[in-house]
Amino acid sequence: MADGLTKSAARNIFYGGSLFFFLVFAGLTAHTHWYMVNVSTDSEGLTESVELGKHVWERNMCINCHSIMGEGAYFAPELGNVWERYGGHENPEAARAGINAWIRAQPLGVEGRRQMPAYDFSDEEMNGLIDFLEWTDGIDDQNWPPHPAG
Amino acid sequence: MKYETQKVALPFFMVAMALFTLQVVFGLLAATVYAFPSFMTDVMPFHIMRVSHTNLLIVWLLIGFMGCTYYLMPEEAEREIHSPNLAYLQLAIFAFAGAAALVGYQFGIHEGREFLEQPFWVKVLITISFLMFLFNTSMTLHRGRKTAINLVLMLGLWLAAVFWLFAFYNPTNLAVDKLYWWWVVHLWVEGVWELIMASLLGYLLIKMTGVDREVIEKWLYIIVGLALFSGLLGTGHHYYWIGAPSYWQPLSSVFSTLEVAPFFAMVVFAFTMFWKGSRNHPNKAAMLWALGCPTIAFFGAGVWGFMHTLSFVNYYTHGTQVTAAHGHLAFYGAYVMLILGVITYAMPQIRRVQPYNQVLNMWGFWVMTSGMCFMTFTLTFAGVVQTHLQRVLGMNYMEVQLQLELFYIMRLGSGIAVAVGAGMLLYAFFGPAREQVPAGGTQITAGTGSA
Ligand code: HEC
Ligand code: HEM
Ligand code: HEM
Ligand SMILES: [Fe+2]
Repeated sequence: MADGLTKSAARNIFYGGSLFFFLVFAGLTAHTHWYMVNVSTDSEGLTESVELGKHVWERNMCINCHSIMGEGAYFAPELGNVWERYGGHENPEAARAGINAWIRAQPLGVEGRRQMPAYDFSDEEMNGLIDFLEWTDGIDDQNWPPHPAG
Repeated sequence: MKYETQKVALPFFMVAMALFTLQVVFGLLAATVYAFPSFMTDVMPFHIMRVSHTNLLIVWLLIGFMGCTYYLMPEEAEREIHSPNLAYLQLAIFAFAGAAALVGYQFGIHEGREFLEQPFWVKVLITISFLMFLFNTSMTLHRGRKTAINLVLMLGLWLAAVFWLFAFYNPTNLAVDKLYWWWVVHLWVEGVWELIMASLLGYLLIKMTGVDREVIEKWLYIIVGLALFSGLLGTGHHYYWIGAPSYWQPLSSVFSTLEVAPFFAMVVFAFTMFWKGSRNHPNKAAMLWALGCPTIAFFGAGVWGFMHTLSFVNYYTHGTQVTAAHGHLAFYGAYVMLILGVITYAMPQIRRVQPYNQVLNMWGFWVMTSGMCFMTFTLTFAGVVQTHLQRVLGMNYMEVQLQLELFYIMRLGSGIAVAVGAGMLLYAFFGPAREQVPAGGTQITAGTGSA
């Protein structure tokens, strides 16, 4: 293969081309960063409570059972749009109460059904967590997922 | 083994294999929960098993890469390792950090982003150990012979360290968090780790086939060029649905499709060199791994990757069991088989015996590889059914999962086969050495002339 190509030419193409593609990629990433902060997410709504919610989410490693915006584990329902699933677009108060009640009801202990652990959240943590889920649902993500089912 | 310090690799290989064993155990536990949901819920919930499973994978692959590098570097650089003691110290730090993370997980001590769950101070220890490793091997290279193999390998390892630094950046904005999270995860496995893979394969092929170095090294540059030209912009196949601009959909559909090219090139490379070669290397088992690795990587990363990489397909399959299927076969083919192949090649020389236990090793190869393939198939079927019911018809997640039970039981079964294969392999590596040479073993001989 490529008999006309010498090893040093192949090497130079590799270094030059990789640098070129890296710069393009870094540039597009910078633009995407700007776009996320200014267009697709609600930067103003990124309150301290949402931030606390993200910490609660991470401290309890929900990601290793659930996915969020399609990333994470596949063992439990997608939560990027759980706010929508609980009717948050129509009735935010009911959705908040519903998610709260669901988490407080764990573990359900239904034999033969996958189980979510119990969490002993303070009201502040619970509110933050739900604010975080609501905020995440609001990200303009090209209409993913295709159905509210997640 | 021409250089005394190549034996530094041995403890790395032993630690890597011990952690691999544990990884498989946690995988089996997690798969058992899928099949029998009440299993161990009070003792160890699913997320703890999963985080242990994936973190052990990453830690042992990195330790494996280090062992491979310590084994290869003296031969390529034609000088002894700069400091064997530094290597042992660095391994001790890394193994301690990994073990501490693992124990901590069982008690709920962790951060919360997938694959990057290690507590901050564990991340710091990992960084320190990796920098010590890079210093040690770079000094060896610096004072020694520079070849395309060891230069590309070191470039891959250095860049892996650079991109790892993004693991320390965790912005509050979830979309931005995900944007840079992929700078670690994707740019590792579909970027700089491919440099490591191609150079280690190139090394095995030079040693075992006897093909001219010039030819192999030219191939090497072409392959790693293809990998980075496609893989950098290919990152955007993870940017379709996380709040990024829509241009990633056409752009990365094209570039991530091109990511198949380096994997295909590695298959052609390995088989071409194999047929061209004139050397009748006695380590048939290592040759089997050197051919098997790019082949399974091509299917797992290339074919299974392409299957869900176009944006209009990924819209439906994103985050389903299809992803899990691909993740398993890609990691197994590209990186697990790579390290197992180098260990198979290196162990007889480290133990200073003729290639041994080859038949058992090859049994391990076939049993484990078949198990992983079957697991991939069954998860793919599960994923297709899930995609249709949940993403097309809009059925509830938990109801859909009930339809997938049979697939999950079959995944558990194939996992048991993987564990059996892994057991055979470990015994073949570390058990008493019997000079097993495959009967009529010329099938796996490089070159048409020698068959
Ligand atoms: C051990 C795995 C596990 C962990 C960890 C876990 N969950 Fe769950 N979660 C589940 C399962 C399984 C279900 C579905 C249970 C069912 O429907 O019976 C669920 C359901 C939910 C639901 C309802 C989803 C819906 O669509 O009805 C919410 C909300 C939720 N989890 C939030 C969380 C949060 C927040 C965390 C972290 C603090 C978390 N979960 C951690 C397993 C887990
Ligand atoms: C005994 C064999 C194995 C079993 C039973 C097993 C099982 C599992 C299970 C149940 C999960 C969780 C999936 C989920 O989130 O729903 C998982 C995740 C994962 N496993 Fe394994 N595994 C095995 C071997 C391996 C091997 C050998 C590798 C590496 C090649 C591997 C790599 C991974 C990866 C990368 C993930 C994360 C997947 C993702 O996020 O898409 N596993 N495994
Ligand atoms: C050895 C190389 C590769 C490895 C180890 C690998 C591994 C993985 C893993 C573990 C994931 C799941 C990540 C998560 O948890 O969210 C993933 C996702 C993905 N991979 Fe790969 N991969 C490789 C190569 C490829 C290639 C070459 C392609 C394309 C041709 C590809 C396409 C994808 C896509 C599209 C996803 C996202 C799936 C989703 O939307 O859920 N991968 N890969
Ligand atoms: Fe990727």
